[in-house]
Amino acid sequence: MRFSKRAAVAAAGIAVALAASACGSGSGSGGKSSKDVEVFTWWADGGEKAGLDGLVAQFKTDCSQYNFVNGAVAGGAGSNAKQVLASRLQQGQPPDTFQAHAGAELTDYINAGQIEDLSSEYKQWGLDSAFPKGLIDNLTVNGKIYSVPSNIHRANVLWSNKTVLANAGITAPATTLPEFFTQLDTLKAKGVQTPLAVGKDWTQEMLFEAVLISDLGADKFTGLWNGKTSWTGSDVTQAINDYKKLLGYSNKDRDTFDWTDAEKLVMDGKAAYQLMGDWEAADLDTKGFKDYGYSVFPGNDKAYQWLADSFVLPKGAKNAEGTKCWLKTLGSAAGQKAFNTKKGSIPARTDANSADYPAYQQAAMADWKVDTPVPSCPHGSACSQGWQGAVASAQGKFSSDGDVEALQKALAAAAQQYAKK
Amino acid sequence: MTTSSATVAPERAPRRRRGGSAHGKARHWGPGLLLLSPSLVLLAVFVYGLIGWTMKLSVSDQHNALPSQGFVGLKNFTALFTDDINDRFVHSLKNLLIFTVVFMVGALVMGVLWALLLERGIPGEGVFRAIYLFPMAVSFVASGVVWRWLMNSGTGDQAGGLNRIFADLHLGFLENPWWTDPHWGMAAMAVPAIWQLAGYVMALFLAGFRGIPAELREAAQMDGATTYRLYRHVLFPQLTPTALSVLIILGHMSMKMFDLIMSVSGAQWITEVPAVYVWQTLLTSDYAKAAAISIVLLLLVAIVIVPYLIYNNRVERRS
Repeated sequence: MRFSKRAAVAAAGIAVALAASACGSGSGSGGKSSKDVEVFTWWADGGEKAGLDGLVAQFKTDCSQYNFVNGAVAGGAGSNAKQVLASRLQQGQPPDTFQAHAGAELTDYINAGQIEDLSSEYKQWGLDSAFPKGLIDNLTVNGKIYSVPSNIHRANVLWSNKTVLANAGITAPATTLPEFFTQLDTLKAKGVQTPLAVGKDWTQEMLFEAVLISDLGADKFTGLWNGKTSWTGSDVTQAINDYKKLLGYSNKDRDTFDWTDAEKLVMDGKAAYQLMGDWEAADLDTKGFKDYGYSVFPGNDKAYQWLADSFVLPKGAKNAEGTKCWLKTLGSAAGQKAFNTKKGSIPARTDANSADYPAYQQAAMADWKVDTPVPSCPHGSACSQGWQGAVASAQGKFSSDGDVEALQKALAAAAQQYAKK
Repeated sequence: MTTSSATVAPERAPRRRRGGSAHGKARHWGPGLLLLSPSLVLLAVFVYGLIGWTMKLSVSDQHNALPSQGFVGLKNFTALFTDDINDRFVHSLKNLLIFTVVFMVGALVMGVLWALLLERGIPGEGVFRAIYLFPMAVSFVASGVVWRWLMNSGTGDQAGGLNRIFADLHLGFLENPWWTDPHWGMAAMAVPAIWQLAGYVMALFLAGFRGIPAELREAAQMDGATTYRLYRHVLFPQLTPTALSVLIILGHMSMKMFDLIMSVSGAQWITEVPAVYVWQTLLTSDYAKAAAISIVLLLLVAIVIVPYLIYNNRVERRS
């Protein structure tokens, strides 16, 4: 108990300092100019920061009457930013616009009445015709659209090491699941220890969803997330069994791997295939690995499993007109080009000029125009954050015990608990 | 503390008498209270106030970013045990139990063993003491990262870390999946914790041994006690308070274990304990559920700590 005096004085000093700084920041935001547009993101470095900078440059020309204020919160793949955002929304101090995964992840904000309907702006800016109809359907909640996507990524891409495939006599990636299993058997017989590289829970969920798309088809798969398809059906059981079989071809230490560790198995030639989102192209290019191939996951055919970052107009934003100008720029062809050429994703608009983009993106853009968009749960376009957490946990369990019945039950329970919230 | 108690003791008697002037009393404890008050206020707000706030949250239905809809009683608590998908919470408790048992037994056995060896007076005692105690200076996060590599679960050609060493020593049968084992993985997770804290246990027991008067040993030896009987009936019984402190310290550390697990495995099903589950739940904005788990965790720690505090108070009053 000796510490108390000095420690107490020090603690009291800190408390006073904290109180003072709180007052300071309070009065600071009060004196903000009405020309400012505070854009809240977790894009603080790398390709994401470069993309944001490109977008800001476009914003400065299109909306020269407004000032861009960077409200980026770094760290934790957005988890830090989400905590900060939640407390600001609760206090009724929203930024002028914030980043969120497009689709179901917005449900919480919509239910809380924290973001505005942008349907009329979509018509006014011509976005309803510039974006593919499937995407518009996915973005629409009860007839209203609440966000403008800045970019599109594809989740269901199968990456391969061309040399490993060639050594096993495989000339082209599989196009159906049975063919894929045959190829994996061939690879195994040729001495490839890990035909398919997999990482921990959320990467397993991505693989499982790709199998679901193959077994159920695009429409029934989308139905799983909006309540039109049952999770307890025999077709889902079949998909879980197929998925279990796939895991049998994967690395046993998958739960210790992040997606980049699995990617390294492919780069080192220890694995032949890996399912991952198309941010892998930019990553492989950065790491200087040229010997990679890509194709849509076998059996996914014309399903484009998308995920997107988007921006919204919060209720009570101080500068709503400024935010609208930001959103308009974001949705415009010039804005999407400025952002996506730097970030390594593709524009949501179908009228973009693919010549501006690197090879992988050109192929993806061609597919985006004609394919059926389907959402993804681990990346927020299909389900809310709570649902994501429950599903990732269930996948982690399945990876360790392979209990088909328990997984199906858990997925059904998660759907029941989170679907209508 | 010890010097002041001698001077305070005589004052106690007059203070107990009723009718001393209020002014005099205030002068007696006023300055002390004044000095303590900032820390008391801070404790009241930031510890007890926030515990209260967490309790309030744990009986509300704030399961998302929406404002709370109201009071739901103990529903969040019963749901943890009966309605959690895959019995996730019970699973995390089971993991915690395995971890705690292996960690405490392991650290205790190793610590007592080392203390016994050093206590017997082997040459270079100081060096060994430093070596054993040193791991405690490393943070769980730093050692967790190293143990993550050591306990690489790959086997055969893909083996790394300890499995690689086993393979190179032709001890391949010792290669194992470490923490990725679905049933006993948490036992492997306890290994780094044992490595870090066994030295600390050793130091506590060594201090305990050194605190036993030499006369007792000599008397026992004079009476012809064997070494075993000397330890069994003379020395160990005197170490009960030490052992109790060790159990409490290790026990509450174990129950709140978070950083080690996050750096070895990250947050995932196989190694999930309640502290990690709280974190996962918070990330999905399920505030009420996270608060309920936190309260359960607090109660678990309280079960360990409170009897110890009561016991300690009694011992202090007696002396």
